[in-house]
Amino acid sequence: MTLAPEVSSPAPGKLTDLFQLGLDAPICLTWELTYACNLSCVHCLSSSGRRDPRELSTRECMDVIDTLERMQVFYVNIGGGEPTVRPDFWELVDYATAHHVGVKFSTNGVRLDAAAAARLAASDYVDVQISLDGATREVNDAVRGPGSFDTAVRAMRNLADTGFRGFKLSVVMTRQNIPQIDEFKAIADRFGAQLRLTRLRPSGRGADVWDELHPLPEQQRELYDWLVAHGEEVLTGDSFFHLSAFGGALPGLNLCGAGRVVCLIDPVGDVYACPFAIHENFLAGNVRAAGGFAGVWKTSALFADLRKPDTGGACKSCGFYDSCRGGCMAAKFFTGLPLDGPDPECVQGYGETALAAATASPGLPVPRPSVDHSHRTVPSRSGPSGSAPRPAAGPVPVSITRRRPPAHDCDESPLAGFTTQAAGDAAGCC
Amino acid sequence: MTFDLDRAWRVDPRVSMRPEPFGALLYHFGTRRLSFLKNQTVLAVVRSLADHPSARSACLASGVTEAELPAYARALAALASSKMITERMSHDSGA
Repeated sequence: MTLAPEVSSPAPGKLTDLFQLGLDAPICLTWELTYACNLSCVHCLSSSGRRDPRELSTRECMDVIDTLERMQVFYVNIGGGEPTVRPDFWELVDYATAHHVGVKFSTNGVRLDAAAAARLAASDYVDVQISLDGATREVNDAVRGPGSFDTAVRAMRNLADTGFRGFKLSVVMTRQNIPQIDEFKAIADRFGAQLRLTRLRPSGRGADVWDELHPLPEQQRELYDWLVAHGEEVLTGDSFFHLSAFGGALPGLNLCGAGRVVCLIDPVGDVYACPFAIHENFLAGNVRAAGGFAGVWKTSALFADLRKPDTGGACKSCGFYDSCRGGCMAAKFFTGLPLDGPDPECVQGYGETALAAATASPGLPVPRPSVDHSHRTVPSRSGPSGSAPRPAAGPVPVSITRRRPPAHDCDESPLAGFTTQAAGDAAGCC
Repeated sequence: MTFDLDRAWRVDPRVSMRPEPFGALLYHFGTRRLSFLKNQTVLAVVRSLADHPSARSACLASGVTEAELPAYARALAALASSKMITERMSHDSGA
C-alpha cells in the first residue's frame, strides 16, 4: 500500500477541493430498504428491528432507481435493517442493475441460501457484504445476537461454493474484536472474500454501547499499523481517516463526503446527509416530495451548507488537520461534541479533552437519534442523556466510504485521477 | 507503464462515464473501481478513442498539442492499467 497517496493533482485543483464543493450527483449512496431486521445488533447504526409501515413501496423504490439512473449514480449500497427480508428485494436488485445502477448490499446472511448465492455469482453488477463482528462465535454473537455467527458463515460458504470470489466480509472494529483482526483476515481468505473493516460509530443503538465497544487508544494504534501493513488488500470505506493523524495518511480522500458525494435514503424515503447521521439535524428532505431525490440532492439547504469548505474550527491550528480533517461529523455529533472541533477518538488526544469539557458543561444533552425501530423486546438501555427517544436502527453497517486508491502515475498528471480501490469504497465515506 | 499512442483504444463497455464540471467520473462495473478525468480535453479524448485509428489521432483531434502528448499518454496509461480503456482488437475505424 502506498502511504500518503496524493489525491492531489496540479490542475484544475485538488480533487479534495473539488469534492468539497459537492458533485452534481452522488458517486454512490446508501439506501436502507427496510428497518425490519431478524437481528437486534447492539450497535445498530439505524436502530433497526421493526418494519416501518410507511416504507417505500416497490413502485416508489423503482421510481427512485429511475432517478438514480438519470443522475448516473453508479451504484447503491443497500442495507437496512436486513434488506433481504423485503419480499421484493430481488426484484429491486434486478430492476436496479437492468437500469445501470450497480448494487452492493449488506446482509447478515439470513436469506443467502445456495440458490441466492448462485444468482449473485452470475452478475457483474451485484456485490455482497456479509456482516460479521467477531472472528469467533462468542465475540460475534455477544454483539450481533445468538446464531448470527453461524448464519454468516453459512452464507459465506454458500457464496464460496458457487464460485463467487471477492465478496466482502464486513467487520465493524470494536474493543473486543481488534485482537482478532488476523483471524478475520484468515476467514476472508478461506472463503475467497475481501476483508472490509469499518469504524464503529456512536450512531443509532451504537450510542448506547459506545463506551464499552469503541477501541481503546492503544488499539487505535494497533489498527492503524495493521491497516498500513495490509494496504490495498483490505477495504475500509475510508472510515478510519481520523487515524491518519498518527502519521502517514491512509488511502482515502480524507474528506467528509456527507451531502457532498454521498448520502443516505432511509426506508421511508427520508434523505440524510450520511448513513451515520439519522437525526433531524441532518435530514435534507424526502424522495416522495415533488422534486424527488434529485430535487433533494440539488436544492437542499442543508446540503448546500455541508458543501461549504471546511474551516477547521478548533482543529485548524493542529498540525495534523490536513490528515484527518477533524474526523467524523456523526461521531462528534452523537458524542455531544461541536462539529467544528476534534473527533471523540482524535488520536492526538484532543477528543478526550473536548469530551471532558462537554461533560463539564451542564445543560447540553448529548443528541439522541430521532428515529427508533428497535424490537420492543430489546432490553432498554438508557443512553448518556436518557432524555431523548432511542435512535433508529439499521442492522447492516453500510458505511459510506471514501477510500482513496493507491497513488498512480496519473496522480502526477492533471488529466486522470486516482482509481479507487473499489466502488463501494469509492469516495466520501460511502 | 508505457502507453502506445499509435494503437487503437476504446473505453471498456463495462465503464460508465459521468460528466462533471471538472471533467468526468468513470466507474468500471467489472472491477468496481472509480477514476477521475480532471479536465474537459481529456474527457473529449477518452470519449472519441473508439472513433479514431489511434490514441494519438484522438488526442490531436481534441486539441492536444505535441508538447502536451506525453502528459496525455501518462493519463491514458493510468486508465489502461486500471482497465478503464482497452486496446481495440479489430481496427474497425480504419488505420
